[in-house]
Order: sequence, then structure tokens, then C-alpha cells
Amino acid sequence: MKFKSLLLGACASVAMVASAQAVTLTIATVNNGDMIRMQKLTDDFKKQNPDIDLKWVTLEENVLRQRVTTDIATHGGQYDIMTIGNYEVPIWAKQDWLVQLDDLGDNYDADDILPSVKKSISVKDKLYAAPFYGESAFTMYRTDLFKKAGLEMPEKPTWEFIKKAADKITDKDKGIYGICLRGKAGWGENMAFVTALANSWGARWFDMDWKPQFDSDAWKGAAKFYVDLLKQDGPPGASSNGFNENLALFQSGKCGMWMDATVAASFISDPKESKVADSVGYALFPTHAKYDNHGNWLWSWNLAIPAGTKHEDAAKKFIAWATSKHYTDLVAQKDGWSNVPPGTRQSLYANKDYLDKAPFAKLTLQAMQAVNPNQPTVDKVPYKGSQFVSIPEFQAIGTAVGQQFSAAVAGQTSVDQALQNSQQLTTREMTKAGYIK
Amino acid sequence: MARSVPQSRKITFTIIAWLVALLIFFPILWTFLTSFKTEGEAVAVPPHFLFFDWTSVNYEQVWDRSNYPLFFLNSVVISIGSTVLGLVVAIPAAWAMAFSPTKHTKDVLMWMLSTKMLPAVGVLVPIYLFLRNVGLLDTRIALVVIMMLINLPIIVWMLFTYFKEIPGDILEAARMDGATLGKEIVYILTPMAIPGIASTLLLNVILAWNEAFWTINLTASNAAPLTAFIASFSAPEGLFYAKLSAASTMAIAPILILGWFSQKQLVRGLTFGAVK
Repeated sequence: MKFKSLLLGACASVAMVASAQAVTLTIATVNNGDMIRMQKLTDDFKKQNPDIDLKWVTLEENVLRQRVTTDIATHGGQYDIMTIGNYEVPIWAKQDWLVQLDDLGDNYDADDILPSVKKSISVKDKLYAAPFYGESAFTMYRTDLFKKAGLEMPEKPTWEFIKKAADKITDKDKGIYGICLRGKAGWGENMAFVTALANSWGARWFDMDWKPQFDSDAWKGAAKFYVDLLKQDGPPGASSNGFNENLALFQSGKCGMWMDATVAASFISDPKESKVADSVGYALFPTHAKYDNHGNWLWSWNLAIPAGTKHEDAAKKFIAWATSKHYTDLVAQKDGWSNVPPGTRQSLYANKDYLDKAPFAKLTLQAMQAVNPNQPTVDKVPYKGSQFVSIPEFQAIGTAVGQQFSAAVAGQTSVDQALQNSQQLTTREMTKAGYIK
Repeated sequence: MARSVPQSRKITFTIIAWLVALLIFFPILWTFLTSFKTEGEAVAVPPHFLFFDWTSVNYEQVWDRSNYPLFFLNSVVISIGSTVLGLVVAIPAAWAMAFSPTKHTKDVLMWMLSTKMLPAVGVLVPIYLFLRNVGLLDTRIALVVIMMLINLPIIVWMLFTYFKEIPGDILEAARMDGATLGKEIVYILTPMAIPGIASTLLLNVILAWNEAFWTINLTASNAAPLTAFIASFSAPEGLFYAKLSAASTMAIAPILILGWFSQKQLVRGLTFGAVK
């Protein structure tokens, strides 16, 4: 009897110790190829950390944003690691909602992170997230159509050239459209492109007193150019085309040129998915003839730890693994170099194997290096951000302004009216939020 | 005596009925077909209706990528649990309002319905904070209660409508024979209202199964039902329509099959008392 009791007691103690040591991390993430691949490769992490279990919550980007924002704002504590964009990082870090990530281990090599990306996820030079994958924007075009039209794409095209080329390539009878651009309303849809275009045109969202600038000549020029270009050389229904719709159009051979996120290059150059994979060329995001500004588009998906998590150390271990050079090598070994998450580390762009497999890599790096999130346009701005303004109000304002631009592309309103409405609604919201005194 | 309807009119109405049914069913059919296409085929212009290379690869990938049985189990527990709990609360409430009305009954009914007019997001944060404080975030029990509360006005209203059709004299006769209130509800009222209760049950299971706002916002990895499962296959960057269609088909198939087999009961219940 005594022996039995002892045995039971020992078993209970072992169970208690085991349960005390086992940690389960809940990770909220977006549904994209790189993130899904990471979930498949976590056996490598578990081998190194048998005491850490992982639970995944994968959601669509906008749903995820709403979910994690609710959770972090209410200190819900449902997640130990969150996947967030470089839009959220500075806003949340300033609210003390995120754990600082300057101590990810001796082998982490944080200095290897691309400076523009690092800058966009740091506050007062302190890192608050670790980048998992990053992107800028550039020009993708059909080399066969350019050849047929007797055109040659410069490495640094201007908008003036793009317009001429689009006019020449467009053949509506054959269903070929010179240009495909985002027109679907949304701060992360058409306004990402329109803001980058405006940056290259020398326009800015706000002056140093937070006064909206849609009544400036720069905005008028950029907006008129965008709307006219899409109306003349864009596909029908361009006002409802976002990234995915344009991707489908480009892959099926309907677009001559497409300016969008660099991540698109891996899709359109994949012969399994794209009909035009063997005739795609790349160039930098176009500039206005007057300025050397390539739009300053910069987006990164980052892993961050919400303040108050009970498993901070384990979460840091996971983030250090998922955003390390070792992880890059692991992906290359298992799935090939072309599937490595791009746009975060300088060392990747010095790797010959990667450069051989990704013909768009050099331009991606060039585009990302050119980005300065603290000075996205010609004049000084009071905000941080590139194709967005990193303030909490921007999601609502950006989407409302996006609706105005979308309506102008659809022909429901004039460009002047759309700009006037944008100026009014942005002024109203910024005044309400206390930016304008 | 029933009026005879000319044959030509019968045929016309039959054709119209089929066309309307096809129109309503088309999105589901298209989702089903897309789930067997490749991602490239799914966005092909012009779209291919039946003549494409059918593939089951999307189902395989969806199955591999997520824990479907857990999502499915959560959907079953949440939808059935909330409906049964709702019926337990709603049957006595509807009985009271149908057979023992006061001058405020109508107001109470209208007030109950008015709660459905409040945008759900308006109470998200208070409910989220409450569940956090009581430690019920991401639990099935919280979802069962929330779903029950959301659908309760509809359950009460439906049952109230059915109960009103039952003659009060029968209940009175039972009372004169010595039936207590409980016995009256269990042995007299409930069996007579079975078609109505069954259709209320089915409709609420469907509503709870399809509810996406609360089920996505209040869950993470433990209690997430099939609505969250679908949400995990959508993406703003990258083509996903075929996989999303496969996930949607897997999510709606159980409730579609349930609706198919119980359609007679559902229609009988929904038209209960409509024709006198």
C-alpha cells in the first residue's frame, strides 16, 4: 500500500513538473505561401525546443488585423506571437503593446536586416518586431509585347514613358491592355498604389501641421494621370481590380505592364500558374521626370510579441528561429531557393544560388534599399510610412479616400471632385482626431 | 372545389420555379465546381463551366493544412448546443406570451426583436472584456451562450407564432384534467408544436452554423468553428480561389446535407398555420 502511494505520488510529481515545463505558443498568422511553409517546417524548431508546442491561427489579412487589434487593445492574451505589418509596429510600440526584440540571441545578426525594413519596425532605434518577409513595388512587363511594339523598357522608367508604352501596347480588340493597376477601394488596395504614385509625383498626404494636401498641384497631377491612364489603357472594370484580380489578368496574358508589390514576381514567373512566365521583364517603380523618387513602397510581415504574454522567452526563441539565416537555409534545402522568404536580410541578396533562381531579386533589393519610410516623398512629412501613413486613423481615412479614387476610375465622379471630397473628409477626420488644432 | 389550372400555365410556373431555384443554387454550384479546378483555371477568362481538368488537389491541400475535424466538431457543438439551450429558454417564454399575455407582451416581443437591430461590433469590446475577465475567451461554452443569446429573439418569435396557432381550449381541457404547468408544456403543447419546434431548431442550427462575426472574433485555436476555417484560406496577395472553394464546400456540405434531408420538415414548419 505504502509502495503504491509512493509510486502514485512520484507519477503525480513527474506529471506536474512536465506540465509546468511544457509551453504552448499560440501564433496568429496570415494566409500566404511563406507563412504556410513556415508551419510545415516547424519540426526543425521542435527538435531544438522539445518543450515548446505551437498552435496556429491562420486568418485572412483583414480579419487577422481586426482580431489581433481587438486582442492587443483589450490585453486579451489569446496570442503569444502575432504577425503584423510595418504599419502596425510603430503605432503599437508607441502604445507599449509590444515586447522589445533587441535580444534575440548572439547568432541572430540583427545588423543583417535590410536597413529600410529595420527602420520601419523600430521606434527610437529599438526593434519591436522581427521581419519574416518584405516587399517593395516595381514594374512588371511583357517582354514579347514590348518587342512587338518596338519598345525597350528602361531600368528606371518614367511615368511619361509608361503612358506612351501603354498607349502603344493596348489592343482592346484582342483583349490586351497596356496597363493594369489597382483600382479597388481600400487603404491596402488602391491607396497603396496611389500613395506610392503620389510619392513619386512629389505629393504628400499631410504637411508638417497635419493639414491634408489633396488640393496641391502635385496631387492633382498624380490623380489625373492615374485615372486617365487606367481609363484609356486599363482593363474594363479596373475600379474593382485589386492585387489578385490584376495578378489573374497578368498571368492570363491580358496586361502589358503592371506596377505592384515585388512579391507578384514569384507568381507571374511560375510556369505552373502563369501563361506568360517566360516573357516577363522587370524594372524599377516609375518616377516623375522631375524627381528621383520610386514611390517608396515598403511592406513587411513581421513577428511580434504582445506585451503581457506569459511565454515571452519561448516566443522569442521561436521568432529568432523563424526569422534567422538558419531558417532561410532550411527553406532552400527543403523547397529550393526560389521559395525563400524575400526582402528581409542583406545576406540573401549576396547569395549566388538565390540570385540565380530569382531573376527579380536584384531589382527587389534595389527597390527596397531606395525606400526611406521617414521621408517617403519630396517634401518633409510629419509621419512615418511609405505607401501608407502610420497613424491609427489611416485605415479609415485611407479607405474613404480610396473610395473617392475608385469612383473617379469608374467614371462616377471627376478627378477634381474626388480630390475635393478627399480633402474635406481627411480634414474632418484629422480635426476630430485632434491632429489639426 | 379546387380550380383546375391549365396545363400550359403549370408548365410555365414549373419552368420559372426551376430557373429561380437554379439561380439561388448557382453560387453553391459554382463554388463546388471551382473547388475541383486548378488556381489558374479558377480565374480563367472566359470561365470554364464543366470542361476542365478536374482535380482533387485542393481538397488534399486543405485537409493537410488544417485540422478540419476540430473545426467541424466545434461547429457541431456550438450550433446544436446553442439551439438546444435556446429552445429550453424560449419554449416557456413563448408559452407565457402566447397563452398568458399581458398588455406589455407585444412590447416585450418588439423589444426582443429590436436587439437584433444593434450592429454586433457595437458590443464586441464589452463582451470580449467580460469573457477575458471570466477566462472564457476561445471556449465552446462561451460561443454556445453567445450564439443562444443572439438567436433567442428569433427562436422566441417563431415559437410564439406556432403556439398562437394551437387552440387554448385544448390546454384548458388538460388543466381541467389536472395537468400541471410542466406537464401541460411537455405532454400537450410540445407534441402539438413539434413541426414548429423542429423547423425552429433546424433554422437556428443553420444560423448558428453560418454565423461568422462572433465565432471568428471570440475564438483563437481551441474553439474556432468552420467559419474561421474558411477565413484561413483567403488572402489579399496570391491566388486562392480554388482552395477557398474547397474549404467552403467542406464547411457548408454538412449543413447542406442536413437541410436537404430535412427540407420537408423545414417547409412544413415554416408554413405551419400559414394556410387556414
